[in-house]
Formats: sequence, structure tokens, C-alpha cells
Amino acid sequence: MTVQRIETAVTRPADADLDLLLMTRHFELTLLRLFESGLIGGTTHTCLGQEHVPVALRPLIDDADHVFSNHRGHGHYLARFGDPHSLLAEIMGREGAVCHGIGGSQHLRRDRFLSTGVQGQNVPVAAGAALALKRREPGQLALVHIGDGSWGEGAIYEALNMASLWRLPLVLVVENNGIAQSTPTAEHLAGSITGRAHAFGIDHISVRGTDVTAIRKRLRQPMMRVRTHPRPLVIEFETIRLGPHSKGDDTRDAAVLRALKEQDWYARYERAYPEQFAAADRRQRDLAERCAREVTARPLVRRNEGENPR
Amino acid sequence: MVRSQRERVSENLNRALHAMLEKDPRVWMIGEDVSDPYGGAFKITKGLSGRFPDQVVSTPISEAGIVGLAGGLALSGERPIVEIMFGDFVALAFDPILNLLSKSVGMYGRRVPMRTVVRCPVGGNRGYGPTHSQSPQKHLIGIPHLNLYELSPFHDCSALFGRMLAAGEPAVLFENKILYTERMYADSTVDDLFSYDFPASSDGCARVFLGSPDAADVVVIAPGGLTGRVLDAARRLFLEHEIVCLILVPVQLYPFDASSLPPAIAGAGRIVVVEEGTAGGGWGAEVAACLYPRLWGRLRAPIRLVTSADRVIPAARHLEDEVLVQADTVYDAVLEVAGA
Repeated sequence: MTVQRIETAVTRPADADLDLLLMTRHFELTLLRLFESGLIGGTTHTCLGQEHVPVALRPLIDDADHVFSNHRGHGHYLARFGDPHSLLAEIMGREGAVCHGIGGSQHLRRDRFLSTGVQGQNVPVAAGAALALKRREPGQLALVHIGDGSWGEGAIYEALNMASLWRLPLVLVVENNGIAQSTPTAEHLAGSITGRAHAFGIDHISVRGTDVTAIRKRLRQPMMRVRTHPRPLVIEFETIRLGPHSKGDDTRDAAVLRALKEQDWYARYERAYPEQFAAADRRQRDLAERCAREVTARPLVRRNEGENPR
Repeated sequence: MVRSQRERVSENLNRALHAMLEKDPRVWMIGEDVSDPYGGAFKITKGLSGRFPDQVVSTPISEAGIVGLAGGLALSGERPIVEIMFGDFVALAFDPILNLLSKSVGMYGRRVPMRTVVRCPVGGNRGYGPTHSQSPQKHLIGIPHLNLYELSPFHDCSALFGRMLAAGEPAVLFENKILYTERMYADSTVDDLFSYDFPASSDGCARVFLGSPDAADVVVIAPGGLTGRVLDAARRLFLEHEIVCLILVPVQLYPFDASSLPPAIAGAGRIVVVEEGTAGGGWGAEVAACLYPRLWGRLRAPIRLVTSADRVIPAARHLEDEVLVQADTVYDAVLEVAGA
């Protein structure tokens, strides 16, 4: 008997989506290389394996919506702005840094995009922004990215309660990658995220897979409904973290990591659409390399008293 | 407007909130049980929800959540005022104050205005017990971009709120509960002995003096909540010992602006700093650290700090009296410093 490998069909991606996915992938890989070679210090958290989340959501969000990001936010930033230079410059503390080198990897702000480095903190903040939007700009929404680990933080529940009571246009995107730093989800989360959302009377949508076109199609209506009939919504992506939590701190078995790799969108798109993929992959690999060379050659940002006065 | 009797501090505060919400639709009042008919645990927000239903939000019991929510509003250009029912519970909101409200001003590379006021009713002498009587000011000192203020019977709250909301940096306003039922001072008069003025400006420190503002044996620096107790002590010290105290009441606790203090402070050479917080790492130490370099060589005695005891604040009134700063505590300290 032959065992036939069954793989769900992957929709052909739009070039723009594939480019954005690969831009993020090569940005993160480049970042880890720069760390290894000592060209970057401090800390960072890459989103390897989770790039499809913000790419799928991208056309469902417009510029007047707020996006709140977290410690693992490079993909969220790149999906919104498509601008790796300002982000890498921020992480390297070099000229052109989006937050002048003060925020670094975890504290980014640009237009209506904002990230913070404290788990769960951004959910009440997003609720506040959603309250302002509901009052001043009906039809807009606030979207906040959190992980499975963030559900240990009490502030989230305070915010979900208020968001549900006051019918705020708030979308909670949960990137459940199965692991919080080094702790598997099963060891840190009792019950389920679905159950927790439902406890507040909040709808919960479960998203599996990495097919950005299919995911987007599925989320278009529910996201539109948040705008037309404001209410919070939890969208839980079942995803994987391919890389370390930070840098070089992955304690998972090689076998586990190999199995995760099988689920990576990268391999799937490559197998399904080899020519389209190869061209995009080359483009984005080159872009990441050029970006790294160019930004590394820039001068360090100077301290600017005018921007951070007491 | 002629008033038969001077306004109570709580009325002045309530009037200021009405004025802020009326003047600017971006100003919100957010907190637990702040809506009418309850109007807040201390009735400071009464009448607001009726007049400004869209600007007043009565919330669940969620201090961290509502201060975080205020951060989201402030980032959206709104101007939220948050009431923490008892200042003790500001501990629950320490993360959004430390890591969100104050950080956001400076951590994104260009200045982000965060126009927020967190109101904290604080202090004891009401028998509320260990977790409803504290003065947590000291726990919030020294945070970049966070300004701390204290309610005072000398400083008009409308001007104060206007200033706090215009600053573009978050503010925490500590309101000693004992003040709510006290009356505001007006027309430069405190009582038959003491007068007051504002030597720098009306939002600088109030100067309370006996006879001449330029001559004093001891300078007492105390935030608004201690005014009654310090005045009580100063009156007795004069009547019983002819010791003349000059009392300075700053409305901004932190950053403490030592340069705005009147020159008499150097003339006296004897300084007492009073606070209601428990001993250790307190506001008085911060004030003393600001004053020593300015007054070094002109002090006739070490700066004396007066605090509550390093103990839990008991509920039983007779036990609470022993722990918290009272008029006697101030009296004894000034007497000691005057004789030094």
C-alpha cells in the first residue's frame, strides 16, 4: 500500500502578497545573521513562520485603522509600510530609524501603528483607541496583535470586558504559535482561547493554515461587520514559531523543529508555484541584502535633545 | 460672585472638572462609579454624567484596564481624566503609568503628547485601614515624563487642571481625602495669624507667613494635604514658643522645582519637609536632595524629614493616629530643629 501525501491545495498568491511574505522572511533571517555577526546588539524577536498573519490581514485594514503590535512585530510593521529600511535602521540605531533609535525592535510608532514590549498591555490601549474611533470616526477599527502567552496577563480580560460591554470596534488577532518563550501552550493556558472569548460574549474565529488568499477571503466579512456593527472580535491563528523566541534561545528538539518546517508557508508556496516563487524569493533576498548593506553603512543616529525633552 | 462662605475643596475640584469637560469635548472623565446619581465614592464627579453623558464613562473595577484605556484615548488625541477610587489602587495601574503613559511621550523618537490626568484620593486619618489610607506618592517619583501634583487648599483646581492637561505629559494628582471637606483659602488670608501669597506665580508654591514673609525661624515645606496639620503646629509653636514658621506648599511635587522657592528659605537656614507617606525613600528625601546643593553652607541644621511611621496604617483610629503624621509630629520636629 502506498501512502499518498495529501496536502491541501494552496491558492496561487498575488505577487504582492508573495513579495510581502518573502520580504518579511528575508528581513528576519538577515536580522538573525546580523546578530550572529555582532553587527546588532540588544534583543529582538523574529516572526519566522508567522509572516502570513499580517499579510493576510493587510487589505482588510485601511490607513485610518489603528494597528497595535507586540514584541514580535516586525512582520506587522512591514505589512503595513513595506519599508524594511526604516525598521532595520531603528533596530541598528542608524540614520533613518523610524523612532530615532529610542524604541528599537519592540517600540515602534508610525502614523496609526504602535508597538509596545509589555505583554498584554496593548489590549486596553487598543480598546481606548477603539473607543475614540467609535466616537470620532465610525467605521474604523483598532486591531491588536497578541500571542498565546499574552493570555496570562490580567489586563487583557479587563479590556475584553470593557470592549464587549461598550461594543467597541476592536479586533484581537491572536497568533497562537504553540509556545510562550519556552513554555508550550498546554502548560500555560487552561481551557481555551475560544472559551475565554465566549465568556465575554465575544465571537471567536479559528484560522488554520497559511494560505493568505483563502484566509483573507474568510475574514473579509467578519472584519467588515466589526466596522458596520461595532463589537469586538477575536481571530485566533493557529500558527508556528520556526525560530527562537529571541536569539539562540530555542530549547526545542531538532525533530520538533523539522516537523514545524513541514508546515511552513515558505515550503508550501515553493512546491506549489515554483517559478513565481523563485522569482519573488530572489527579489526579496536581494532586497534584504541590499537593505542590510546600505543601513549598516549609515552613521549612527545622533542623540536628539529636541525630540525627548523633559 | 459673592460667596457667603468659602468654597469647599471638593466643590472647587468638582467645579474644575465641570469646566474642563465643558470647555473641551476631548476631555473625558473615566472611573469606577463616577456616574450620577452616585457621582464617585467621594462625590467629586457628581453632576458630570448628567451634563456630559458622552464624556463620562463609568467603568468596571479594572484599574489597569482603565488607565491603559486612557492611554489609548490619549494616543488618539483625547484628554482623559481617570479617577482611581482609592489612591492605594494605583498600584494596580503601575504598569500602564510606568510603561505606557509616561514612556509614550519619549520612546517613539519624537515627542508624543499624552494628555492624561490620573486622580488619586489618598491619605488616612479616616479609619479606612491599611489598604485604603496610604499616600503612594513616593512610588511614582522619578519616572521620566511623569508629573506629580497634589491638591491644595490654596491652588485653584481649574487652573491646575488646565495646566496638567496642557502639559502634554501625563500627570498624577494626589488628593488628600482630608481636604475634601476643608475650605479653600481666599483673599490672602489664612486666619487671624497667618497670611499667604504666591511669591513666584499662582501655579507655584503658596507661601504662608506670619507678619513678614521674609523673616522666619524655620521653613516648613509640605504638600497640600498636610496644610491643616502644619498650620496647627505653626500656630502653637508661635503662641507657645514664639517660633515663627514660614510654610511653603508646592502644588507640583515632582519634578520638584527648587529654584522657585523664595529666598527666605536660605535666610532661615532651618528646614523641615513634611509628607504623609511612610518613612523611607520618600518625597521629602527628594526635596532635601534638591535643596542641599543650593543651601550648602547656609544651613544651620540638617534638613529634617517628617514622615508617617514605617508601619502598616491601622484601621482603629487611636492606633492610626500613632502611625500617621499629626500636628504634634510636626510641632515636635520644628521645635527640635529650632533649638538645634
